[in-house]
Amino acid sequence: MSAYIVRRLLYALPILVGVNLITFALFFFVNSPDDMARMQLGAKRVTPEAIEKWKAERGYDLPLLWNDAASGVRKFTQTIFVQKSLRMFVFDFGYSEDKRNIAVEIRERMGPSLALQVPVFIVGLAVCITFALLLAFFRATYFDFWGVVLCVVMMSISMLFYIIGGQYVVSKVWHLVPISGFQGGLDAARFLVLPIVIGVVAGIGVSSRLYRTVFLEEIGKEYVRTARAKGLSEGLVLFRHVLRNALIPILTGVVAAIPFLFLGSLLSESFFGIPGLGSFTIEAIQSQDFAVVRSMVFIGAVLYIVALIATDISYTIADPRVRLQ
Amino acid sequence: MRLFLILAGSVLIAGCGEIWNDPYPVAEQGKNILYSVFSERPKHLDPAQSYASDEATFTRQVYEPPLQYHYLKRPYQLIPLTAAEIPQPRFVEKGGATYSVYDVRIRPGTRYQPHPGFVEANLKLDRDTVAKLKNPYELPLGARELKADDYIYQIKRLAHPHLHSPIFGLMAEYIVGLKEYAETLKKAAKPGEWLDLRKHDLEGVQRVDDYTYRVTLKGRYPQFVYWLAMPFFASMPWEADRFFAQPGMTEKNFTLDWWPVGTGPFMLSENDPNARMVLSRNPNFRGEAYPSEGAPGDAERGLLADAGKTMPFLDKAVYTREKEAIPLWNKFLQGYYDVGGIVSDSFDQAIRFSADGEPGLTPEMQARGIQLDTSIGPTIFYVGANMLDPVIGHAGGERARKLRQALSIAIDWEEFLSVFRNGRGVAAYGPVPPGIFGFREDKDAINPVTHEWKGAKAQRRSIETARKLLAEAGYPEGRDAKTGQPLVLYLDTTQRGPEDKSMMDWWRKQFAKLSVQFEPRQTDWNRFQEKLRKGSAQLFIVGWSADYPDPENFMFLLYGPQGRAKTQGENAANYTSPEFDALFEKMRVMQNSPERQALIDRLTEIYRRDAPWLGGFHPKNFALFHSWLGNAKANEMSDNKLKYLKVDPVKREALRREWNRPVVWPVVLILVLIALSIVPAYRNFRRRERMPARAAA
Repeated sequence: MSAYIVRRLLYALPILVGVNLITFALFFFVNSPDDMARMQLGAKRVTPEAIEKWKAERGYDLPLLWNDAASGVRKFTQTIFVQKSLRMFVFDFGYSEDKRNIAVEIRERMGPSLALQVPVFIVGLAVCITFALLLAFFRATYFDFWGVVLCVVMMSISMLFYIIGGQYVVSKVWHLVPISGFQGGLDAARFLVLPIVIGVVAGIGVSSRLYRTVFLEEIGKEYVRTARAKGLSEGLVLFRHVLRNALIPILTGVVAAIPFLFLGSLLSESFFGIPGLGSFTIEAIQSQDFAVVRSMVFIGAVLYIVALIATDISYTIADPRVRLQ
Repeated sequence: MRLFLILAGSVLIAGCGEIWNDPYPVAEQGKNILYSVFSERPKHLDPAQSYASDEATFTRQVYEPPLQYHYLKRPYQLIPLTAAEIPQPRFVEKGGATYSVYDVRIRPGTRYQPHPGFVEANLKLDRDTVAKLKNPYELPLGARELKADDYIYQIKRLAHPHLHSPIFGLMAEYIVGLKEYAETLKKAAKPGEWLDLRKHDLEGVQRVDDYTYRVTLKGRYPQFVYWLAMPFFASMPWEADRFFAQPGMTEKNFTLDWWPVGTGPFMLSENDPNARMVLSRNPNFRGEAYPSEGAPGDAERGLLADAGKTMPFLDKAVYTREKEAIPLWNKFLQGYYDVGGIVSDSFDQAIRFSADGEPGLTPEMQARGIQLDTSIGPTIFYVGANMLDPVIGHAGGERARKLRQALSIAIDWEEFLSVFRNGRGVAAYGPVPPGIFGFREDKDAINPVTHEWKGAKAQRRSIETARKLLAEAGYPEGRDAKTGQPLVLYLDTTQRGPEDKSMMDWWRKQFAKLSVQFEPRQTDWNRFQEKLRKGSAQLFIVGWSADYPDPENFMFLLYGPQGRAKTQGENAANYTSPEFDALFEKMRVMQNSPERQALIDRLTEIYRRDAPWLGGFHPKNFALFHSWLGNAKANEMSDNKLKYLKVDPVKREALRREWNRPVVWPVVLILVLIALSIVPAYRNFRRRERMPARAAA
């Protein structure tokens, strides 16, 4: 397995270079270094000299991808692309265009994002799996029928509606928790309880339906009949045998969702005032902060690669027949 | 599990106190704290770089320039802050040129806030010590008296090679030697080393004594005193600059751009721009008396009740970041923000217009004791006509002028304000907004090209008048009289989302009144700015917010040498008029007087005749305050208003409790319903578990 992991990590390098190149191309297709300077310097009293100074200070006075004025390998290295990209491969993200340390920003903002997303992820997973197993257990009954109807209704409602509705009812009408805000330590619980409940409820529809389908497929297999024939209770059959064998398709979706735990949720964090990473990238795109955009895309890509490797490893744990070669 | 529930419950209850939805720590209840919001994360808190109004919310409470605006009086009036008096210029003739010399005398006894930079040992920190810090205020703190040198140091910082001061270009034109000084500093700066500006003299800014400094300007620039009321000209102790230049500080985001150091009534004690910023009372603040004079009506509103009392009144101000309007509004209604703005979504809930068009509060707001204050900002939004355009610009001559006039009548700004801004604004009759010297009141205010005075109020001229002008321009019924081709006009705009469709439809309707075809060219901000720079847009919407309350700061938007396409200046319409330029050059160096008013009248007349802007509006700001907030008055020029405000924490606490009683029964009901639904499900589950095997079908 070690050889497999090393190989996958080596494959990751060209992927990261490619992601970086695409991010670079997309960003500079829309914005020029001059535009970035103007955005950072503000709309009033910006002189051409100030723009040149800003660009020179941050290295945006270089050509984008090819430097005709340089010689030899410097034609390639003395460009914005190389100068801005190389350091990221040693996780040196440098400074945002308004001169803030990006690594410090990410560290500070990752905590609140994890505090929100991890409970949503774990509780959501537990609730959805349990609900889906119940639907599978009561298959072809009224409980199953109305459960599926409920799932369809829940998945049809926009996340925004859950948030605004939840804030209105729970915080504004019932006055049970703060509408928005965040505090560190144990006090964070008061602020997180509503967004967590909303995050879990909003995810029940889609996930439960998917899991129900997976469980129904498994429940008809022969090993389940054998388990029942052995006299195992239905609960044991479902939670010990069906669940374990249905894990592979569940893990595929679940482990790949782990990067979102770190990268945060844009909507929830914005509406609940949680100072996480959810809006960091969007704000950077809006303010044409290439340093932050490329760093966040890079981190996202790394997390996805790690999550996909973790998915493969988790297959071997869930199903001993799977071998990574 | 049970233990976890008990623990979680205890945490929730302990954290909540009697009010469960209070977003603030229990320890803050009943304290003399003001609660407000910020929506955008500030980019710069360094007074040499900060220019945005949302940054001024913080910088202006910390930094003190020599002058400030009177909090209550209108029109806006400059008064001393740390200065002993308003500096008056002396004019000196030298080598055939005129120089203005300002001696700025500051009052002794002003002290800085506690700061680690004032402790000598903290200026020799190693990287490891810095790395262990969570906050620069963990170090021993010191303070010292404000000296004239600190103001000189800050003016020098405008030319610092590693800073981007937005006013450097402008000031380099006036302050003697500033441009050359930037070159000197550029050569002296070494990578990774602190640049000690004290070692380099600036010719135009000299120390007279400990409490006086002298600024020499090229020519006459009476508006310079207004700049002395902005943080660009606040004091900066060299120790703070030195402190933050130490190794390892930038890596921790400990920079002067992030940790302001000043003599003001407050100091930034908590700095988390993603969540909350806290300003605490500066224990070294010298104290300042609340004004004892105000505008008419201020005494009746209770705004002079604290006359002569020592400010600031607050111990702390907590600013929470709210990105979305809905939670912000709801928290204001719950009493968790003392001040609130109005957005379109909540406008109808808060404001009701009387029969004569005056805004007032709805009964719901009145019942909560909320107060409303409105003010017209020193801002203008306008539709500019690019005067380089062959159809609508200078090249079109008289024909284009009449076309612009016709369009100025057809675009109904009063309707625009009513439809899209809930009436929050007034139509602009000229470049100068109300409240600024040069603005004429009532009948004298109106633009006779677009409006007439009827029944003691301004009325937009009829569309027939506009059609007549259009025909005189050679476009009868919106077609070129010579070619018969329809007249098509293009509006460049950054409004391109689905929510902007209604506004584009409205614009189309305005042009359709004259049978002129309208084509919006919707683009992104970068391309829009590029078109303005190149002078390739035809019609466009832009805005300008004043730096200072002087007509020069608006009229210069039409000054020829400021043409955007030629000089990248602020004249986005690229309007040129020798007569206008000559009069403007005279007007800008004059003190306010009847002669200056006459010149402004003439400039306005030329603007109205030539119509380089097809009208516009001045936004009206609506601010809401809770009944426990005292001394609140809208002031569009000065942002250092925190020191004037006071709260009644006891009343606030009582009302918060009344408005936010927890309603628990629905949750209990839901839990009971869930429990009740689990019982039959569990029974069913058990029944199925015990069910004997059924024979195969």
